[in-house]
Amino acid sequence: MGLARYVAVRGALIIPSVLILYTIAFIILRILPGNPILAVLGTKNIPPEQLRALEHQLGLDKPLYVQYFDYLWRALHGDFGQSLVIRGRPIAADLAARLPATIELAVAGLIVSLSLGLVTGLVAGLRRDTKIDTAMRVYGALTYTLFIPWLGLMFQLIFAVWLHWLPVSGRIDPRVNIKTITGFYLIDSIITGNWAAFKSALAHIVLPALTLGIVLSGPYTRLLRNNLAVVLDSNFIMAYRAHGVREKRITWHAFRNAIIPVVTYAGLQFALLLGGAVLTETTFDWPGIGTYLVEKIQYRDYPAIQAVILVFALIVGLISLLVDIIYAYLDPRIRY
Amino acid sequence: MVEVVSVVTKRLRLGSLLGELPGAARKLAIAGLVILGAIVVMAVFAPFIAPYDPTKMVDSPLLPPSSKHLLGTDMLGRDMFSRIVYGGRIVLWVVALATALSAVIGIPLGLLSGYYGGKTDRALSMVMDAIYAFPSLILAIALAAVLGPSPVNAAIAISVVYIPTYFRMVRGQVLQVKATPFIESAKALGLPASRIMTRHILPHLLPTIMVVFSLSAADAVLTEAALSFLGLAVRPPTPDWGFDLYAAKGFIQSAPWLIMGPGVMITLLALGLALIGEGLGEKVRRTIG
Repeated sequence: MGLARYVAVRGALIIPSVLILYTIAFIILRILPGNPILAVLGTKNIPPEQLRALEHQLGLDKPLYVQYFDYLWRALHGDFGQSLVIRGRPIAADLAARLPATIELAVAGLIVSLSLGLVTGLVAGLRRDTKIDTAMRVYGALTYTLFIPWLGLMFQLIFAVWLHWLPVSGRIDPRVNIKTITGFYLIDSIITGNWAAFKSALAHIVLPALTLGIVLSGPYTRLLRNNLAVVLDSNFIMAYRAHGVREKRITWHAFRNAIIPVVTYAGLQFALLLGGAVLTETTFDWPGIGTYLVEKIQYRDYPAIQAVILVFALIVGLISLLVDIIYAYLDPRIRY
Repeated sequence: MVEVVSVVTKRLRLGSLLGELPGAARKLAIAGLVILGAIVVMAVFAPFIAPYDPTKMVDSPLLPPSSKHLLGTDMLGRDMFSRIVYGGRIVLWVVALATALSAVIGIPLGLLSGYYGGKTDRALSMVMDAIYAFPSLILAIALAAVLGPSPVNAAIAISVVYIPTYFRMVRGQVLQVKATPFIESAKALGLPASRIMTRHILPHLLPTIMVVFSLSAADAVLTEAALSFLGLAVRPPTPDWGFDLYAAKGFIQSAPWLIMGPGVMITLLALGLALIGEGLGEKVRRTIG
């Protein structure tokens, strides 16, 4: 079967998982007790006719199954409804404005965690059962149990408050003007040749990306180390050695074989990365989807919360599709 | 058969499990148990350890650490050390409740699903996989937000996140164990399915369940702290580590010592539980392979 067909089949498989999550979110937000309008208004003393008018306006008076399909249909067309709190404000616009910030942070975090994880895993795997190996394994276990906000605050304290090397929080210096094209500040500033903005955006992303990346690098250390151990013990490496192939080349071949499961894990980890981004964003006042979610929760803005969950579900689905495609490309044996 | 029974009963005892661990793994597990034990003792005997009432103003706000206030005072003049000591109670209670809930729901579902198979199994697996793949923290945040801030609600929100972990692990192992000759002979003897599952399959899963239990508890500590950090686990003035860390965030310039206590404790508790899981995991890898 061709790669194109594989991609199509695999892509179709995203639909049920997104639907399941949409359904769960719908059940959580609509069927659980509590009237969302009363929750938003924060009062129970509202004339019944006014309440009914509000419910009608928001479509909350329709049967649940109608609401379920209505919302799904509109979401498919990119309409996530309106905010309950700031009425008339389309949620899709808010999400579009916030999403690039989260993706920029998540990708930067991924780069940090992959580079740290791969270096420590490689060192541990090549120096197996030595003190360096133990140190790297302790690194892997210890970083995984770090609490993201605490690590972030420690970085703020050391690098921003004490050393004044980097800014405490935010995404860019408010005094710097930036013309947004893609919404990714680092890319936009390069396109427009705005080096002041680039410098500021880069300085602001270092600490959040390090925080997120360090905490999520541990599993890579472990995964790569253990895979390397298996590969280095295998027959083909022994055959290379017997033929007098140089160690550097052997390491390269072992690394290539040990890296495949790491790719799969990187995809799975993207979900963790998004979860961690909520905490990192809150710690660093990063204006992304995470801080948006936290804001909306404070106001109990249910349509907005539902939209965020749906968007996250879609991102996770798309990433896992991407990983499977890369995987199928790396290993031609994998096809449906 | 006799041999199998003796193996099963032996696996049930934590003491012998620890004794059988290889040297390094045993050290890890013991270190974890010591950390966990110390925090449990601290939380249980909080009234005897904490010098002040954790919810009352006892001195001027934002005092640096001193012999009078070991970790200083917070923005409301409350003794930070006392708040840390009491704060352990909420975390331990929420994490214990959450992991117990997810184990009690996830393990039987996994057993039944794996044992009987069929359409229900496939549907259930799909739902569990979808939840598993979703960012767990975001799911917990959404649930906790709807349920409202309280420790029990936080525990419920966290438990939903870990049900798929138990389900997937138990189901996978049931499929393996189900194919072994001794289960087939039990079936041939005409034993009822309920007996085969509880007496013959479940004991085989216990070591793995214990590992998953301590690793998911470690993760649950971080999730609880996260919910609390976002204001979704407790209401002020209840002392809770995550919440106190969030409160300290605003004073990072003027009172940086306030972030130390909550941060170190959250990390230490998660580390302790992870070490136990790590140590026991070595044993499981060796027996199950």
